[in-house]
Amino acid sequence: MQPSPTLKPDHAEPLLQMRGVSKGFAGVLALDSIDFTLYAGEVHALLGENGAGKSTLIKVLTGVHARDGGEMILEGMRLDPRDAAEAVRLGIGTVYQEVNLLPNLSLAENLYLGRQPRRFGLVDHGRMRADARALLADYELALDVAEPLSSFSVAVQQIVAIARAVDLSAKVLILDEPTASLDAHEVDVLFRTLRRLKERGLGIVFITHFLDQVYAIADRITVLRNGRVVGSRATATLPRLDLVSMMLGRELEEASHQRVRGRKEGEPLVAFQNYGKQRLIEPFDLAVRRGEVVGIAGLLGSGRTETAKLIFGIEAADSGNARCAGKPARIASPRHAIALGFGYCPEERKTEGIVAELSLRENIILALQAKRGWTRRLPRGERKAIAERFIKLLDIRTSDAEKPIEQLSGGNQQKALLARWLATEPSFLILDEPTRGIDVGAHAEIIRLVERLCESGMALLVISSEIEEIAAYSDRVIVLRDRRHVGELEGEDVNVGRIIRTIAKERAR
Amino acid sequence: MNLPAAIRTTHGAPQIAALILVFAANWVVFPDFFALELRDGRLFGSLIDVLNRGAPVAILAIGMTLVIATRGIDLSVGAVMAISGATAATLTNAGYGLPAVLCGALASGLACGLWNGLLVAVLRIQPIVATLILMVAGRGVAQLITEGAIVTFDTPGLIAIGSGQVLGLPSPVVIMIGLLAISLVLVRATAFGLFLKAVGLNERSSAYAGVDVRTLTLTVYVWSGLCAAIAGVIAAADIRGADANNAGLWLELDAILAVVVGGTSLLGGRFSMTFSVVGAMIIQAMNTGILLSGFRPEFNLLVKAVVVLLVLLPQSPALARFFAASGPRKSP
Repeated sequence: MQPSPTLKPDHAEPLLQMRGVSKGFAGVLALDSIDFTLYAGEVHALLGENGAGKSTLIKVLTGVHARDGGEMILEGMRLDPRDAAEAVRLGIGTVYQEVNLLPNLSLAENLYLGRQPRRFGLVDHGRMRADARALLADYELALDVAEPLSSFSVAVQQIVAIARAVDLSAKVLILDEPTASLDAHEVDVLFRTLRRLKERGLGIVFITHFLDQVYAIADRITVLRNGRVVGSRATATLPRLDLVSMMLGRELEEASHQRVRGRKEGEPLVAFQNYGKQRLIEPFDLAVRRGEVVGIAGLLGSGRTETAKLIFGIEAADSGNARCAGKPARIASPRHAIALGFGYCPEERKTEGIVAELSLRENIILALQAKRGWTRRLPRGERKAIAERFIKLLDIRTSDAEKPIEQLSGGNQQKALLARWLATEPSFLILDEPTRGIDVGAHAEIIRLVERLCESGMALLVISSEIEEIAAYSDRVIVLRDRRHVGELEGEDVNVGRIIRTIAKERAR
Repeated sequence: MNLPAAIRTTHGAPQIAALILVFAANWVVFPDFFALELRDGRLFGSLIDVLNRGAPVAILAIGMTLVIATRGIDLSVGAVMAISGATAATLTNAGYGLPAVLCGALASGLACGLWNGLLVAVLRIQPIVATLILMVAGRGVAQLITEGAIVTFDTPGLIAIGSGQVLGLPSPVVIMIGLLAISLVLVRATAFGLFLKAVGLNERSSAYAGVDVRTLTLTVYVWSGLCAAIAGVIAAADIRGADANNAGLWLELDAILAVVVGGTSLLGGRFSMTFSVVGAMIIQAMNTGILLSGFRPEFNLLVKAVVVLLVLLPQSPALARFFAASGPRKSP
């Protein structure tokens, strides 16, 4: 379409330019001289995995964070917002995934909050409603503007938030994952609105995890990774495979797998059929045998953690059935799952894993004690022995077992969580991002541990955003995209290239 | 929440200091405060009075501590006292023996606790609202039981629970000590204490580790209901009658105050039943002291507020940070 794929479209001067913008937190560069250009009348997708710097970039742009270096130019003028309110005044509107409006107020009040039309010093409700109706008519919405916001669908709320932001003289509209909680029809409604705004000359920055949507709406794409711009391309000239490689930072050479895989035979230990939950994850089939590592790969937001939570009973499935050791199983709570011999190390280690103020020892014995029940308390000697055994076995570095676990490093906390489950002698262990946020040394140790556990006959389901890691230790890999299981790779196919290609493959319609 | 180590290691120090201070003040205004006298095999003295008068609130505070440790609150304990008192009075006047009377009263408390627990643990209603229901309705229930009148009784066995003595000590004090001991065993000799701490600190992590949060929450409200029922029987036995309107009135607030003064965190997880009992005694010693000093009782509430403030200030994380920053050395 465009002659020069990496540069601007045909029309005009840039609306917004960021040049060499940097931002560090406590010595760590979150943004490393970012160049970013937005034109009027385009939808520009901003993509990247966790920690790529998307949200920091948005926060710098909207005045939430002050930048450390570089410059920002809006319509030829220097842009230095001191806070979010000033950014709004200068013409930068932002709509977040969680609509930050007030659900108990009416549509009209939400649109004009803080700037209600007045008469004799009082709010002129009649005019405010008339204005609101006129404003929403531009968005093809004919609604009762006196109704509270909460009585409308999330999509309508999103559009109201957009209408408010645009009406506050926005020239640049930033949408931070606006579609995460919308269904397909609602996404269509939202996209019609975006196309109309585009025609009116707004520049729209669109952040999402859904690749299909990027290709449906975005004119250009900028990919961030580790605080740097990997590239800016016109959507039409960027194949999906290249896009995924840019996001993950992998070249597509066929990496040889490190772990020797024997084809695992026999009945699966756990098997899920057509298992799913609406608005959480599409129904999937999944089976894991003893001594087998099944990896789950996919981009951020593709449904990896959702799969784990469904299997562990944190979310209750509304379709399909589960079997464990050949028998039908009902898993409606973590306690059910634990009774079946499951264990789950969650991704959110601090809020869902450890109990920060309890000691290392108490954290380690918690699941075992919970399994025994409160009346059968572990004797003091046994409590100590279990903690000591796992501290030694997993090489958890601490001065003593009575230290509050919050004082340990991330890697040691992760090992303690592993210890918590190993103490219950599980037959099936789910590890969600076991190597996230821990240092390189501990990283390698955790991977060796995974392999040792598997050799001891445990069934493992491992979720990781590190594709190389998944390829290294998995016997099979399930690939997820847009909250759907889209592929299963086995044997020779378990390698980085195949995984990335499967992630990027267009959805067959 | 991250408390400095200094506060953790000195847990209980502000409470002990406050208790000593209040006792000392009482001794100044009333030099005979510590005098004990053995008459007819029974101890008498101001100190014994403090323990005796403070026992009902201390008993409420024992149950309240467990509820607050789960980040909950039980506003209904005053009303439950009225219900159990009314039940006991009505049963004894109907000619039932002491065991049946006590079982009936405790059963009423158990039922009230179950009701609160169902609302909070199963229906997931916020504790302050859930227990407010019974706080309001409970007095109505008590009035229905007593049929609107103050039911007096003169059954010696029941009266002895309020004003009798065991081993020279007033029976309410003995009951209080016994209940504290049983509660401590329940919490410490089982894994209940570990689960209570874990759930209070991080309910989600605990649930994911397999802790049965629902049963635990239900249990603490049931225990609180039982404690309230015991306090209710003592209060009724003490005045030899059940007054549905006034029995236990506002005592839920005294119990919460005792728990907070005792150093239990309203944010959950950090709790001590023993120091809640100490907290109840601090409050009662102040009441007694103001009475003994001859001050007008109107001062009672003001003085109480000041002392409570003095106990709570050293526990303020903001103040602790301030002193840690300006002090000569940081805690190890």
